[in-house]
Amino acid sequence: MSRFKKNEKKEVPGINTGSMSDIIFMFLFFFMVITTIREATLFVKINAPSATEVQKLERKNLVSYIYIGTPMRTQVYGTEPRIQLNDQFATVEDIAEFIEKERAARNENDRQFLTTSFKIDKDVKMGIVTDVKQELRKVGAFKINYSTKRGSVVD
Amino acid sequence: MARKLPEIATSSMADISFLLLTFFLLTSSIDTDLGLSRRLPPLPDDIPPPPVKQRNVFVVLVNAYDMLLVEGKPGNIKTLREDAKEFFLNPNNDPNLSERRKMETIEHIGPYERSKGVISLQNDRGTSYKTYIAVQNELTAAFNEMRDDLSIEKFGVKFDDLTNEDYRKAIQEAIPVAISEAEPKDIGGKD
Repeated sequence: MSRFKKNEKKEVPGINTGSMSDIIFMFLFFFMVITTIREATLFVKINAPSATEVQKLERKNLVSYIYIGTPMRTQVYGTEPRIQLNDQFATVEDIAEFIEKERAARNENDRQFLTTSFKIDKDVKMGIVTDVKQELRKVGAFKINYSTKRGSVVD
Repeated sequence: MARKLPEIATSSMADISFLLLTFFLLTSSIDTDLGLSRRLPPLPDDIPPPPVKQRNVFVVLVNAYDMLLVEGKPGNIKTLREDAKEFFLNPNNDPNLSERRKMETIEHIGPYERSKGVISLQNDRGTSYKTYIAVQNELTAAFNEMRDDLSIEKFGVKFDDLTNEDYRKAIQEAIPVAISEAEPKDIGGKD
């Protein structure tokens, strides 16, 4: 029966890669939407503590970050916890100026909503954190957020 | 007759978009910012704070060795939440736990006796940040649970699921988050 005879000349067709770029672009857009670009290069090691009663930080553009942790290059900077503002190490005295700069960079109406997010390593002692908090109280930046992971507090 | 245009090779487009994808994967972080929100008090001025009765203050102290002292007794982080809730709700009218205000009518909730209780939290400069957050978290959880209970009783849904802004305000008025942080001490001496 010639009707079911195999076509001898038939080759395996090449895989069409034209739509592959579309798929990858889709991935790309997905990642671009759900992620945030890192704000600063971290010089300090930060392993945030866990908490259960966490809230999402709204309005990312109105958040300034203060990082406190042990320096990554301990042979250069020692093992004492240090404060990092933007892309450099800082001291407690620099906080006021930092907040002023952050305020100046924002729209006047939005300044009152400016939040300071603490990204602090869980092994840092409260002394340095308290100093930073006192400094923030002096300049009137009262809204703060302790950055944490979601998880149980008791391990 | 128009000449047929040669097809544009699109196979390399996938490579380009892969490159972009890898770039974004490396430079971005998925972590959404989560955390405990707080409001710092303004700097103390000359006006003395209003007097608060001893029984209305729930004292939580944390020392440099991350040990808790709750109401004068050694405390445990695991029971802190229940202790705080019991202090505020005071179901058996224990004279050592918090007093209640006079019956007031709160809009949408009706008559409600608000607690006069305040949590006073004090830590040492040597307390670890992890313990501090754990304590803050447990105290926040106590308030959140009380709000949830009241919200379920009055409106049938948890506080977080309340969409009506007026209802949320009413619950917040009935159970305000009363956590006061005392100026820290430096006793442990290992800053």
